[in-house]
Amino acid sequence: MKTNLTQIHEVINQHGTNREALVEILRDLSQRSGYLTKEAMEVVATQLQLPPSEVFSVASFYTKINVEQLGKHVIKFCEDAPCHIAGGREIWEALEHKLGIQFGETTTDGFWTLWPTSCLGLCAVGPVMLVDDEPYGNLTPEKVTDILNHYRAGDAA
Amino acid sequence: MVYRAHVLISGSPQCIDLGAREVKATLLEELAALGLANEVQVMEVSTLGHDEQGPELVIYPEGTQYVDLTADDMRLIVAEHLLKGRPVEKLTYQEPPSEPLPPPSAKEVRVVLDNIGKIDPENIDDYIALDGYIALGEVLSTMAPDDVIAEMKKSGLRGRGGAGFPTWLKWTFARRAESEQKFVICNADEGDPGAFMNRRVLEGDPHAVLEGMAIAAYAIGAQQGYIYVRAEYPIAIKILRTAINQAREYGLLGKNIFESGFDFDIEIRMGAGAFVCGEETALMQSIEGKRGMPLTRPPYPANSGLWGDSTNINNVETLANVPKILRRGAEWFASMGTEKSKGTKTFAIAGKVARTGLIEVPLGMTIREIVYDIGGGVLNGKKFKAVQTGGPMGGCIPEKYLDLPVDYESLAGVGSMMGSGGFVVMDEDTCMVDIARFFMEFTQDESCGKCVPCRVGTRRMLEILERICAGEGKPGDIETLEGLATYIQDGSLCGLGQGAPNPVLSTLKYFRDEYEAHIYDKKCPAKVCKGLIEFTIDPEACIGCTRCARNCPVNAISGKPKETHVIDPEVCIRCGICAQVCPVDAVHVE
Repeated sequence: MKTNLTQIHEVINQHGTNREALVEILRDLSQRSGYLTKEAMEVVATQLQLPPSEVFSVASFYTKINVEQLGKHVIKFCEDAPCHIAGGREIWEALEHKLGIQFGETTTDGFWTLWPTSCLGLCAVGPVMLVDDEPYGNLTPEKVTDILNHYRAGDAA
Repeated sequence: MVYRAHVLISGSPQCIDLGAREVKATLLEELAALGLANEVQVMEVSTLGHDEQGPELVIYPEGTQYVDLTADDMRLIVAEHLLKGRPVEKLTYQEPPSEPLPPPSAKEVRVVLDNIGKIDPENIDDYIALDGYIALGEVLSTMAPDDVIAEMKKSGLRGRGGAGFPTWLKWTFARRAESEQKFVICNADEGDPGAFMNRRVLEGDPHAVLEGMAIAAYAIGAQQGYIYVRAEYPIAIKILRTAINQAREYGLLGKNIFESGFDFDIEIRMGAGAFVCGEETALMQSIEGKRGMPLTRPPYPANSGLWGDSTNINNVETLANVPKILRRGAEWFASMGTEKSKGTKTFAIAGKVARTGLIEVPLGMTIREIVYDIGGGVLNGKKFKAVQTGGPMGGCIPEKYLDLPVDYESLAGVGSMMGSGGFVVMDEDTCMVDIARFFMEFTQDESCGKCVPCRVGTRRMLEILERICAGEGKPGDIETLEGLATYIQDGSLCGLGQGAPNPVLSTLKYFRDEYEAHIYDKKCPAKVCKGLIEFTIDPEACIGCTRCARNCPVNAISGKPKETHVIDPEVCIRCGICAQVCPVDAVHVE
């Protein structure tokens, strides 16, 4: 992916070049382009007059700031207790099994990224996951298969 | 603005799962397209009572209730009911003759949640109409900062974020601190599993939080406030932004509030996904744009907080209580609750209970009342086993304490804590070792890595628990867990590390026999741990329908149609799908 310099400067202009703006700048950039390239972090470092290592250390600390490229669709599966008790373990395993990847990974074709997430506040219909921003609740292994197929089919159409 | 119609749409988890967001989006689009956006007010509310038939909405003034909606239905309702005034009969809710709705529990008392669902959170006039900002006005015009703190002391309010530190005392420390400038922070980095009370308040009654912050700022002498919200709450952030702008327009934030000479403004800071940032020193590091890692205390934030200046940090629910205390009086607030724990507390009831969701009760109510009278008892008539309170740093409380009053001291006395109000009910089918392993996985993952005992210790504890759950537990494991727990508690800077061993310690205390069964008898009494159970098919019951074999993801089941099927335990991954799909319940777990 190419580093979009205009976008970086736009975001920095919006938040300013104070040290305290760093988390917000990185999160914004990551959200806009999916993840932060090494060059992007270097540009931010220069603008905020910080060592690049400092920028990387902050970027890699927060889960909402990505330093690696993500899949086309991101599954965020709730890993919190209410969902776990409602049968989350089976869904967790079904997702890993069906996608052939572990949590935190992206499929080799770049279609799916599988992530755990903390509570989504939808405990009444646990287990719950988000596909991108779309919530799916009362999950069963069969329902997961249907959902995954639905996205694949939608993409082919 | 005066509206001719009001639409309340349910945003309950069930309704969202059934498509409420799409229906709401369609509603807004259609209203905009027909030029009705200024005539019809749309509000999302927590529930309308028929969650299983969602998406659901009700239209006033008629009070017509619609259920089971799709986007197409929504278009029809807008065109017919909202435009032409003709209710769409076929989509309205029909009261079933024999099943009246359960009445709301008389045991609940709403203080913090009182306005939610009654007001439009994006309209400051609604809040003001229900006496909003009166407390701030009175405080600024009639009370000295010390009077405010004295009133808070009389009320007995304690921090609702976890530890229960007296709010008035925290304010006093900040008030007395010598500092060039002072800050007030609202900690809205809610991250405990299943706890979403702060989100409800921020999304449903944001001005209560802003008003509480302004009063706190006046009491301690601060001019700038920050609300630190987790990035996972985009709706709360949007609503807060609107609320802050409206308050500024009305002169309730900014310069010279109520002509009193008092200046105060608020900025929102978004988190970026790190559970540990709910810890106050880590939170301030994050506001400063750094890695959110906790610092040594003392110095406490009251003396050296944001950028080294005096800072007061309160939780959302604590702050939302403040305007109500000052408006209705400390005596009123102190009349609820117990001797040491005053007022009400919200709890997010989740897990194996009939009615899940957010409740608010006076402190001191027993666990039994919450689980049975409000929660409707354990799901499917199963036996109550434990309740986990206090989030991932809390503990599991067993059945023998069902009559324990829920207050700060009582919960701490049995090895758990209040925390932010998580309340996860577990039944006989829950394995306590698996639960301990689960929470350890969470804390291990969220440990920021600064303190070695927490970083390495939680990892080691998790490995042992994983081994025990896999059926490879060894004599001595329990003792090692207990030893590690002590090191982690003693050697960690913040509450995350100090509390991380609690789920293990509390389950060891009350459910030690389950650990022993896993380690010595190689049995999981609740039949949860995969390494210790085996699925078999009862040859007497099996009808040879082949459904299990067709659904098995690893082809571990063999058998011809109409003949008894057999599971190969070597291939079986214990996913349990066969048991779920079997029409005659012939699959047994041993």
